[in-house]
Amino acid sequence: MARWQGQLVKIDDYRWEIPQNYKTGMRVPGLIYASKEMLESMCEEQTPEQVANVAFLPGIVGYSFAMPDIHWGYGFPIGGVAAMDIKDGVVSPGGVGYDINCGVRLLRTSLSEAEVRPRINELINELFLNVPSGLGSEGKIKVSQKEMNQLMVEGARWAVKRGLGSEEDLDVTEEGGCLGGADPGKISDKAAKRGMPQAGTLGSGNHFLEIQVVKEIFDPHIASIMGITEIGQILVLIHTGSRGFGHQVCTDHLRVMEGAVSKYGIKLPDRQLACAPIASSEGQDYLGAMACAANYAWVNRQCIAHWVRESFSKVFGKSPEKLGMKQVYDVAHNIAKIEEHTIDGHKLKVCVHRKGATRAFPAGHKDTPRRYKEVGQPVLVPGDMGRCSFVAVGTQKAMSESFGSTCHGAGRVLSRGAARRSMKGGDVVRELEHKGITIKAGNISSLAEEASQAYKDITEVIDVVHQAGISRKVAMAIPMGVIKG
Amino acid sequence: MKKAFEIIDHASDVGIIAYGTDAEELFSNAALALFSLITEPESVEEKLHLDLEVSSEDRDSLLVEWLNELIYLFDVKHILFNRFDIENLTHNELKATCYGEGFDPMKHKIKIGVKAATYHMLKLGKDGGGYKAQIILDI
Repeated sequence: MARWQGQLVKIDDYRWEIPQNYKTGMRVPGLIYASKEMLESMCEEQTPEQVANVAFLPGIVGYSFAMPDIHWGYGFPIGGVAAMDIKDGVVSPGGVGYDINCGVRLLRTSLSEAEVRPRINELINELFLNVPSGLGSEGKIKVSQKEMNQLMVEGARWAVKRGLGSEEDLDVTEEGGCLGGADPGKISDKAAKRGMPQAGTLGSGNHFLEIQVVKEIFDPHIASIMGITEIGQILVLIHTGSRGFGHQVCTDHLRVMEGAVSKYGIKLPDRQLACAPIASSEGQDYLGAMACAANYAWVNRQCIAHWVRESFSKVFGKSPEKLGMKQVYDVAHNIAKIEEHTIDGHKLKVCVHRKGATRAFPAGHKDTPRRYKEVGQPVLVPGDMGRCSFVAVGTQKAMSESFGSTCHGAGRVLSRGAARRSMKGGDVVRELEHKGITIKAGNISSLAEEASQAYKDITEVIDVVHQAGISRKVAMAIPMGVIKG
Repeated sequence: MKKAFEIIDHASDVGIIAYGTDAEELFSNAALALFSLITEPESVEEKLHLDLEVSSEDRDSLLVEWLNELIYLFDVKHILFNRFDIENLTHNELKATCYGEGFDPMKHKIKIGVKAATYHMLKLGKDGGGYKAQIILDI
């Protein structure tokens, strides 16, 4: 791929603007959060072009944003944020992505590294048995069509009502684990058929379940509110989304949007940016279906969190309560939401697309959960399986600048193919074992695709968003045990 | 003989380039490429067949829909295919008979899970005397 040759204007060490006049048709400028070094690799990949393309979409306000973990995606870059005025703007399934509400949930425990390390193999095996994972994995919960309709509307609460988790979990889940406006009438028979057998499964690819050890606490006050109090404390991170269900919803509605683009006379630089006015029937149908898939993903993470608690309980012979297994937070990183933001001093309702980006609301915001009202909404940023993950919080700066959004992860630097050619799955396992990380995977040969070398260093990503002020880092943890589907 | 297809790299996903002396062969080769990513095609026997009808707005999106239909059948009915008879192909409709067998974990190795065929960087057109198409798959 040829290097991107467009113009970038430096605003400060962490902000770079793509001027609106870079391409005729851009309605707003682009803004990339990155260090100078990171910018180099972004230009090699042509990703700024995608940031500029998103700026073409009708109704976009402010900037077309790119987070430091940005990489080349379909139409929209992964790591992109775009807000559209709900009055005259569009909604685009590509701005959410195929894996609707792919996201992460973090649990804390009162266990220490010294207690868990001797039993890590036993624990990983138990988790592997208890949490359905892998390609085409089917769930332990059998969902009928009627139940599918309920869970699409109720979200995580559907699982809590069945004894899989508690009310307290919902309090610390984005949107309480239930996005409003879900309309099962907009879900195709195909999507429902893909979704029913896969409910409550981890899946494959980059999805994982990780046992982590806290290594560094940057802000002890905020960390203690999250229940993260000691170096060496054990955390559990769950990363999964809406499985084949979300993919089918995206596929179905992209097709509808294809027609809408010509119907509403929308000019696009890339077919995958297909969209429809938010107020149109096509736009509303997508939002209703997307909410169903978002809620399905929250059910998924709710079920998995419950089985994680059960597995720990079995191995350590104590109840999850005795083990202090409380949820820190659950955040979506592929979603579109109608939110109110202040732009040039005026309050405006916008549809914020976050594709590979995390909501980062500040202290005091009405949607920041009660427990975190004084410190800001937790932001969970997983790194690759060989390095580390971060916990951060949202800030006022994010609210005023990036529509309350920040980064979501490390971001790829090597394609899956290039990663496979440069190392073998078995070597990755040995390398991780050498670092003291136990891994169990459904498919060892595809592990190379997820190796550390295939990703950006998460520490650099988090430093950029921290220095730019769109989130504040709180704690860092490293993996001890990993389950990959 | 010209190759039927090749696999290309794409940042977080994977793409296929399919060739065909005519559009029918192109569609068949694109489907073969898809299943060569999912499994080892040699391990699949013709034990069942399924008649499929797919329609779309134009030829490009028909190719995406065709592959998405096959992805759906694997995801929900767990069928692996290794031969496709394209019986009727217009600019927006396709009729085909697909041959293959049900997934058997003892017999078939699943290499990657393909979740969707996308419109991203989609290209379909004449290539010399035949046809060529590029499709990026979400995995």
